[in-house]
Amino acid sequence: MSSPARVVIVGASIGGLTVAESLRDEGFDGEITLLGDEPHLPYTRPPLSKQILAGEWQPEQAAIRTAAELDGLGIRVLTGRAATGLDVEARTLHTDDGALPFDELVIATGTRPRPHPVLAEASTLRTMDDALRLRERMETARRVAVIGSGILGSEIASAARKRDAEVLLVGRSGSLGFGGVGTLLSDELTRLHEQHGVELALRAELVGAELAGAGLAPNASGSTTLAFADGTSRAVDLVVAMIGGTPRTEWLAASTLDLADGVVCDHLGVAAPGISAVGDVAAWLDPITGRHRRVEHQSNAIEQAIAVAARLAHGGEGAQPVPLFWSEIHGTRIHAYGWFDPERPLAELPKTSDSPGTVSGSHDEAGELRGVVGWNAPPRDFRTARAAVVTTIRPLVAHS
Amino acid sequence: MSILVQTDACVGAGQCALVAPDVFDQDDNGIVLLLEPDPQGADLAAATRAVRLCPARAIALSTT
Ligand SMILES: Cc1cc2nc3c(=O)[nH]c(=O)nc-3n(C[C@H](O)[C@H](O)[C@H](O)COP(=O)(O)OP(=O)(O)OC[C@H]3O[C@@H](n4cnc5c(N)ncnc54)[C@H](O)[C@@H]3O)c2cc1C
Ligand code: SF4
Repeated sequence: MSSPARVVIVGASIGGLTVAESLRDEGFDGEITLLGDEPHLPYTRPPLSKQILAGEWQPEQAAIRTAAELDGLGIRVLTGRAATGLDVEARTLHTDDGALPFDELVIATGTRPRPHPVLAEASTLRTMDDALRLRERMETARRVAVIGSGILGSEIASAARKRDAEVLLVGRSGSLGFGGVGTLLSDELTRLHEQHGVELALRAELVGAELAGAGLAPNASGSTTLAFADGTSRAVDLVVAMIGGTPRTEWLAASTLDLADGVVCDHLGVAAPGISAVGDVAAWLDPITGRHRRVEHQSNAIEQAIAVAARLAHGGEGAQPVPLFWSEIHGTRIHAYGWFDPERPLAELPKTSDSPGTVSGSHDEAGELRGVVGWNAPPRDFRTARAAVVTTIRPLVAHS
Repeated sequence: MSILVQTDACVGAGQCALVAPDVFDQDDNGIVLLLEPDPQGADLAAATRAVRLCPARAIALSTT
């Protein structure tokens, strides 16, 4: 396979940047253009809900590469530039500032937070600008409600407790989720939040909100009274809604791509001839489950990017990404690697050190280890457990 | 070529120690430890891979 001359990458964040860098790692010497609609050079998002919200880091610390480094790699970066349309046949990308022809296009546009249906004005968090706004509001908010029972809800609750605010964490489903691990860690997370003084309302449906004073306007003070389906209400100074993300495919609506949930791709990340997608926006075919699914983890974006770059540079297939996720909640480090069957409880695995952390595993029907979770785990034990995870392509559940 | 680590960014994911065990280790809290700041040959290739895989972008390769 001959390598393409011009690669255009849409989305200048971890996924897009890693494609560009990895193309150079692979010896690709054609043109690389990386465009993104944010005003910033690529930065990492995981610190936004952790070090940045807690006030421990300045924005520069989340930056990944300097302009000089990108220049040195021969990567043309266009910031503040949005893709607005795609002509798959003509291999042309339309942007808010002209058209860009390409031989290969990589879509890495991520997701945006879904607005809360009852309270669209609530604060949310995806970008550096969101994080800086939220941080400012957290500095004065004494009573914070976080809506959303996923990892980001838990992390923001944790960041608000670090600042000693009263925190109410609101969910609907009755349990707390942890990415690909599903609700298997719900009891542990519940205990962790309770130990750190977070009030949990996990079966609470928000049905209305009344704004007093300047309400929820950015940087405003004033309180919001939240009304729940059971008739209770609660006044808070700040409401943050983290109820999941929507893939950013709006600019592709008129294209011929399959956008059933994000950009639908095969197991190599190919969406159409000459078009690939990586990261949070991409629904690759997962050979393990036989389904297309999006994985919203930093490591997934990186591994998919490396695999796509290898394929574009010299036709290699690259390794199938294995989900790897981490989080830090109230100072507890949680790592998850592999696949998890929500129907099967985790079983604690042996460890070699006497530290209080744990490593637990998820086994498939045949009794094989398919996923591991470290809870403040001794690093060596977690690595040993990881290495034992069976990552060959076989289904988690036998199909009838 | 030399390796630089930024320990305050490290999230203890252990990708580095897994793909380049002769270059990186982790302390008891999982934080990266640099065993070999100036790797050569196969270790350099493994370290380059670790730089790319580190989900926290806590490791860098410096040419200076
Ligand atoms: C607050 C927060 C904390 C997180 N913490 C963790 C964690 O602890 N561990 C973990 O594994 N993962 C974490 N994640 C998830 C991780 O950040 C994502 O998986 C990762 O950022 C995905 O990278 P990406 O490049 O696919 O998409 P993104 O990082 O979302 O980047 C997409 C980029 O494309 C741009 N874009 C979108 N549409 C267009 C367009 N039409 N034209 C031009 N540009 C466009 C966007 O503005 C954005 O800059 C966290 C995410 C958030 C928001
Ligand atoms: S891969 Fe990165 S985050 Fe993980 S232990 Fe190594 S340096 Fe730390």
